[in-house]
Amino acid sequence: MTERRTMIWVMRAAFLVFVLGAWELSSGRLASEFFISRPTLIADQFWTWLIRGVIFYHGAITLLEAVAGFFLGGALGMIMGVWLGRAQTTAEVLDPFIMMFYSLPKVALAPLFVLWFGIGIEMKIYLTATIVFFLVFLNTYTGVRAVSRELIAILKLMGANERHVLFKVVLPSAITWVFAGLRLSVPYALIGAIVGELIASNRGLGYLLADSAGQFDTTGVFAALIAIMIMAFFLNSTIKVVEIKAMPWREQSSRREMSI
Amino acid sequence: MAAELAHPETTSTTAPSPTEELIRFEGVGKRFTVDGKPLQAVEGIDLSVFEGEILTLVGPSGCGKSTLLNMSAGLFAPSDGKVLYRGEQVKPYNPSVGYMTQSDHLLPWRDVVGNISIPLEIKGLSKREIGDRVAELLDMVGLSGFETSFPSQLSGGMRKRCALARLLAYNPETLLMDEPFAALDAMLRMRMQIEIRELCRRLGKTVMFVTHDLDEAIAIGDRCVVFTRRPGTIERIVDIPLAPDRDILRLRHDPAYMEITAQLWEVLAPSVGVED
Ligand SMILES: Nc1ncnc2c1ncn2[C@@H]1O[C@H](COP(=O)(O)OP(=O)(O)O)[C@@H](O)[C@H]1O
Ligand SMILES: [Mg+2]
Repeated sequence: MTERRTMIWVMRAAFLVFVLGAWELSSGRLASEFFISRPTLIADQFWTWLIRGVIFYHGAITLLEAVAGFFLGGALGMIMGVWLGRAQTTAEVLDPFIMMFYSLPKVALAPLFVLWFGIGIEMKIYLTATIVFFLVFLNTYTGVRAVSRELIAILKLMGANERHVLFKVVLPSAITWVFAGLRLSVPYALIGAIVGELIASNRGLGYLLADSAGQFDTTGVFAALIAIMIMAFFLNSTIKVVEIKAMPWREQSSRREMSI
Repeated sequence: MAAELAHPETTSTTAPSPTEELIRFEGVGKRFTVDGKPLQAVEGIDLSVFEGEILTLVGPSGCGKSTLLNMSAGLFAPSDGKVLYRGEQVKPYNPSVGYMTQSDHLLPWRDVVGNISIPLEIKGLSKREIGDRVAELLDMVGLSGFETSFPSQLSGGMRKRCALARLLAYNPETLLMDEPFAALDAMLRMRMQIEIRELCRRLGKTVMFVTHDLDEAIAIGDRCVVFTRRPGTIERIVDIPLAPDRDILRLRHDPAYMEITAQLWEVLAPSVGVED
């Protein structure tokens, strides 16, 4: 098994070397360097930005927007999801409006948010929050609705009141769904922040990207993309760790050998 | 021998004589509405469940056995007649009963101790009291050593034990069991039958036990109610003439057991092979 793992890692490295090598060699031969730049130049640019703190400065802004929007939208989504999941009549009344708003591509709201909140980081936070809100809300709502009614009846026979039912059954059993929504939201939070920056800003990785493109600096564009990729990877890994910590019973069962 | 006599409460072999009527069905009927049409699940049920007895319920599937348990628990009211608990009409979520079904309804995010603690937490006991009580229950159902296992890591029999411990934790007077062992293999089922009968008699529980397995109904029960197919009515109520401290493992060779089995089969036979 470990031998197989080693081989997989070796093959991954080989694949990476092959792709980067092909890119490096074709640049200036098969395609113009102006359009595709080359890995060595990109690495050089990235390194320069890194040691000058450019990446950290802009990355911190983007991270702040994504994380703040993520928490704001996530918290509101969870609260709304739990509330509407328990209040069936209200949920039915609001259903068509929620669905209408849900089907709207949220980035289309960006111009409106610029008008309302200006081009500062608030606008990116609200845009991100709007996107995350719906994902988390719908998942939480589904999770709360999916709680077994028999389980609730069995708890009520034990003398449980509404508060017990909510905290001992509904919320913990919805948490799997909430986390599915949160994990799904991480890339979207980054999308919200970056799109916001692309539309109007003077800071952030999205700005760095747009600014490089505006100067026809392909190398800069690729270097900014790499920074964004690293941030996305970092955010995804973080939520995975948090998820395992918050739901240890799932980790336990996944450690069992596969069986059906 | 002398030592045994010194602890009559642990070696007693006689069942508490069924005296007081605990649950009483008076002309009970229940109609459901399915696709806009009325569906009569049970009809004209007159039945008494006495304190300390184990009453088993058998009958073709869909004849309303679960419906009767649901009404005893106060999950819904009968359409006709009355269900009384200790002489009073059953209220919603009858606090005197504990319910156990085929699926264990354990909380997957809580380990064994956490699951058994739920009713105690609801009661508002302190952490220490909960800990002591849980340890006692684990011992009672034979789950010691599995304190920190999650339900997904337990075998079917272990999950049953955990659900049973949780049920006993809040000490309900009556246990409603709806085919609790249906999903277990034959060996394990017999073992659980032995344990549940021993435990319920020791704790003086009154039990309504639904099963589709006639052998189980006889092995566990003091009395057995046989239902007709839907709309379910009582076909017959049979006393099971076996010793209260019967040896379930060796029942098969007991002439009394063979006779009652044959007798009950005759009662059930008309329902066999009839589709509803
Ligand atoms: N909540 C319900 N709503 C509608 N029909 C039901 C409901 N519960 C049971 N029934 C119907 O009532 C009949 C009796 O059901 P049940 O008591 O579960 O039978 P049993 O447990 O004997 O198999 C079945 O036909 C079933 O479909
Ligand atoms: Mg049933």
